[in-house]
Amino acid sequence: MAERAALEELVKLQGERVRGLKQQKASAELIEEEVAKLLKLKAQLGPDESKQKFVLKTPKGTRDYSPRQMAVREKVFDVIIRCFKRHGAEVIDTPVFELKETLTGKYGEDSKLIYDLKDQGGELLSLRYDLTVPFARYLAMNKLNNIKRYHIAKVYRRDNPAMTRGRYREFYQCDFDIAGNFDPMIPDAECLKIMCEILSSLQIGDFLVKVNDRRILDGMFAICGVPDSKFRTICSSVDKLDKMSWEEVKNEMAVLLQTPAQAGEEPLGVGSVAAGGRYDGLVGMFDPKGRKVPCVGLSIGVERIFSIVEQRLEVLEEKVRTTETQVLVASAQKKLLEERLKLVSELWDAGIKAELLYKKNPKLLNQLQYCEEAGIPLVAIIGEQELKDGVIKLRSVTSREEVREQDLKSGQNRDFNIYDGYFIDYWQKWSGTTPFSYKALELNPVSPPLEAAPTRTHRLVFAAFT
Amino acid sequence: MAERAALEELVKLQGERVRGLKQQKASAELIEEEVAKLLKLKAQLGPDESKQKFVLKTPKGTRDYSPRQMAVREKVFDVIIRCFKRHGAEVIDTPVFELKETLTGKYGEDSKLIYDLKDQGGELLSLRYDLTVPFARYLAMNKLNNIKRYHIAKVYRRDNPAMTRGRYREFYQCDFDIAGNFDPMIPDAECLKIMCEILSSLQIGDFLVKVNDRRILDGMFAICGVPDSKFRTICSSVDKLDKMSWEEVKNEMVGEKGLAPEVADRIGDYVQQHGGVSLVEQLLQDPKLSQNKQALEGLRDLKLLFEYLALFGIDDKISFDLSLARGLDYYTGVIYEAVLLQTPAQAGEEPLGVGSVAAGGRYDGLVGMFDPKGRKVPCVGLSIGVERIFSIVEQRLEVLEEKVRTTETQVLVASAQKKLLEERLKLVSELWDAGIKAELLYKKNPKLLNQLQYCEEAGIPLVAIIGEQELKDGVIKLRSVTSREEVREADRKAKGQRMYAILAGPCPFKT
Repeated sequence: MAERAALEELVKLQGERVRGLKQQKASAELIEEEVAKLLKLKAQLGPDESKQKFVLKTPKGTRDYSPRQMAVREKVFDVIIRCFKRHGAEVIDTPVFELKETLTGKYGEDSKLIYDLKDQGGELLSLRYDLTVPFARYLAMNKLNNIKRYHIAKVYRRDNPAMTRGRYREFYQCDFDIAGNFDPMIPDAECLKIMCEILSSLQIGDFLVKVNDRRILDGMFAICGVPDSKFRTICSSVDKLDKMSWEEVKNEMAVLLQTPAQAGEEPLGVGSVAAGGRYDGLVGMFDPKGRKVPCVGLSIGVERIFSIVEQRLEVLEEKVRTTETQVLVASAQKKLLEERLKLVSELWDAGIKAELLYKKNPKLLNQLQYCEEAGIPLVAIIGEQELKDGVIKLRSVTSREEVREQDLKSGQNRDFNIYDGYFIDYWQKWSGTTPFSYKALELNPVSPPLEAAPTRTHRLVFAAFT
Repeated sequence: MAERAALEELVKLQGERVRGLKQQKASAELIEEEVAKLLKLKAQLGPDESKQKFVLKTPKGTRDYSPRQMAVREKVFDVIIRCFKRHGAEVIDTPVFELKETLTGKYGEDSKLIYDLKDQGGELLSLRYDLTVPFARYLAMNKLNNIKRYHIAKVYRRDNPAMTRGRYREFYQCDFDIAGNFDPMIPDAECLKIMCEILSSLQIGDFLVKVNDRRILDGMFAICGVPDSKFRTICSSVDKLDKMSWEEVKNEMVGEKGLAPEVADRIGDYVQQHGGVSLVEQLLQDPKLSQNKQALEGLRDLKLLFEYLALFGIDDKISFDLSLARGLDYYTGVIYEAVLLQTPAQAGEEPLGVGSVAAGGRYDGLVGMFDPKGRKVPCVGLSIGVERIFSIVEQRLEVLEEKVRTTETQVLVASAQKKLLEERLKLVSELWDAGIKAELLYKKNPKLLNQLQYCEEAGIPLVAIIGEQELKDGVIKLRSVTSREEVREADRKAKGQRMYAILAGPCPFKT
């Protein structure tokens, strides 16, 4: 024990010597020598169990997104962003941390939930708590009078998870705001339209948007005889919304969701999946002259929506694909790796999503199994006989039926719609729109058109997928 | 002054009283009363200039992305992600910070550049420095044996911007990795294929991918007589050959790093060589190098790699370069780096210079660092230097004076006379419901000219004009904003669908 402690001390001293030499910019040779000594000492110390804890967890209140969760997330964001773009919104992004001063005094009691960065000799920084204050800073900094923007990013709050079960400390916010002086209620109406479009497209159940107005509330309390000092208390008992400046909010909206409760499933209950309102004191927080820019906006509670969608998929036992691969290039016999590599490369060059197993001589059954697990719909099988005949067999993975024998030499382009049907079906489940609307939404084409003349199977597969 | 200080003290005490009451869960009424008192005191304090500094900046080394920059970023990511998906990669995401312990001991000297979070009584945290260590943690945590994944996210490094001009402290990394035990060099070849596809699609100029192997480097140094303890430092000298001449590099090795001149000369014979697969074959015949077991392994793998690269059609873009010695210590096999051959240097424009836009390699020992049993999962991957690519693309757009649209709006719904707001709202709503990207001005009675100007500024290609006469006739005029010519008269009764047919045709958004 004492020996170990002495060794550790030696290591520490040697480490300090090395650092000292580097600071003095001593000769590289000398430094290298001392470093080598240090490494030898460390090696003597051997593996230190107490130091090499295998820390296999994410920080409290945070989580990784697995490919499956990312697939859900991607689809949800796709619906949301599509809607924002449909309404002509620009998009911005801001740093994950702000100067501590920027956030100070903006969140009242909640300020204690802000993550601070360690003072490491530079500016004092804090992780952003929401996207609204960065937005206000952005507007003031760029002296903007008007903008219609959305911003989707993670924010950070040191919530105590014990109190608020399931509440994450790192979570996505999805904000849309229209800033500027306009004729009354037109942008406000558009925000509500956007909310409705998004919630309809997400197909997470019927919903209701509750609307009120702070001025009506205040007026109502006044004529009912509520003392001024009690206004906030009375209000906050019904308030579930997350606001940065409660006094500033002129009207409030809450979107309540009634989810279809499944057998045995605990209904998510009445809960807000989106909220918003008008708040005119925004830029005034930051503008030296107190210049105000009226603002109306909304925030989509995506984390909640992720859960709902994930839950729904589980209940429906729907398989979520985590890749978009259209065809696996497989071989029926051994020693066909070269041919596989060549074909898959042609498919990639044609913009088709293709894979191959990283094995020189994989078994056909394993390759088919890989397709089934990953949900890959087509498999292009190269076999010795087919090579001689100049064809490649294209099979549907689910039916195992041959889709078409293609003549390699003729390179004729034939169309069929196996994948087409699959794709539209897949899209419909997510967006609730018809194929017509699918085209109207202008999804990017599955593969870009090919410049070089396609030959062989890639043309066939290409035809299948466009 | 003293009065102010006293007031501030009162405010502080009252604040504490309020907090205390809340903790004790006193009656809401009592709390409200004390809060009102607190607010009155604060009001007396008045606006405090020293406290209300208008801090209008982002932290050092970070920046906002304006809509224009986002448009560039979106296009670049679109090309990259499309390529990753084409190759069947899944995508993951990890938290922006990790437990400090997770990052400790992984970055060597660079550890001092890690952003730590303040100890606020909970776990000690640090912002992620790259995406590779989180990846290794993810693999070990989920006990995964294989995965093909990409991850695009920002990472954080407390670089000193004075030393490395233009280096951001918050910047995007774009990683793609294949983890798992597979037949040799197939995934490695696919990584190089991906790199080439991406760089071609981005159209930022001709590029070259340099390839080398850590085992060849180590073996080469060994047979040249480099002492073990000097490997790393000699490596970093050799790596400078892309920026410095051999003479300068040799001087550094001999003069600064104490390498014997004969040894340096021997190294020089090797590291100045680069070429295709023929160089690999030549070195396989090299009497000294072929005696070194490590180098031999590396050379054989490279030979196989080149075979696959030829089948992938990219061997003309690859150069086996013995001076490539880049990167972190965790590479164990093939290493590669893509450089642009020429940035389009226009008159007066300073070329970005020789710089890498993508890099990667094989690293087989990383996951073992996290696994309790030291279980190894071999990995090979690449990282695209997107920030550099953003600059290049932005620069190119400026030179070409190309206008970048920041919205995708296809049609503005406008009115020619007053009192047509209702009709505009109805039509724009129909368009939205049909999935068409449309806008209207938030004005009851906007002037037509202003609406057209709005279109021109935003790059909106079409304007649907509602006028009293047209309403009577049951039509809507659709005009091209640039030519001012009528595109078509659309039948109002068919709602948005006819108009859609026009809009769905040529894509107005420049791709």
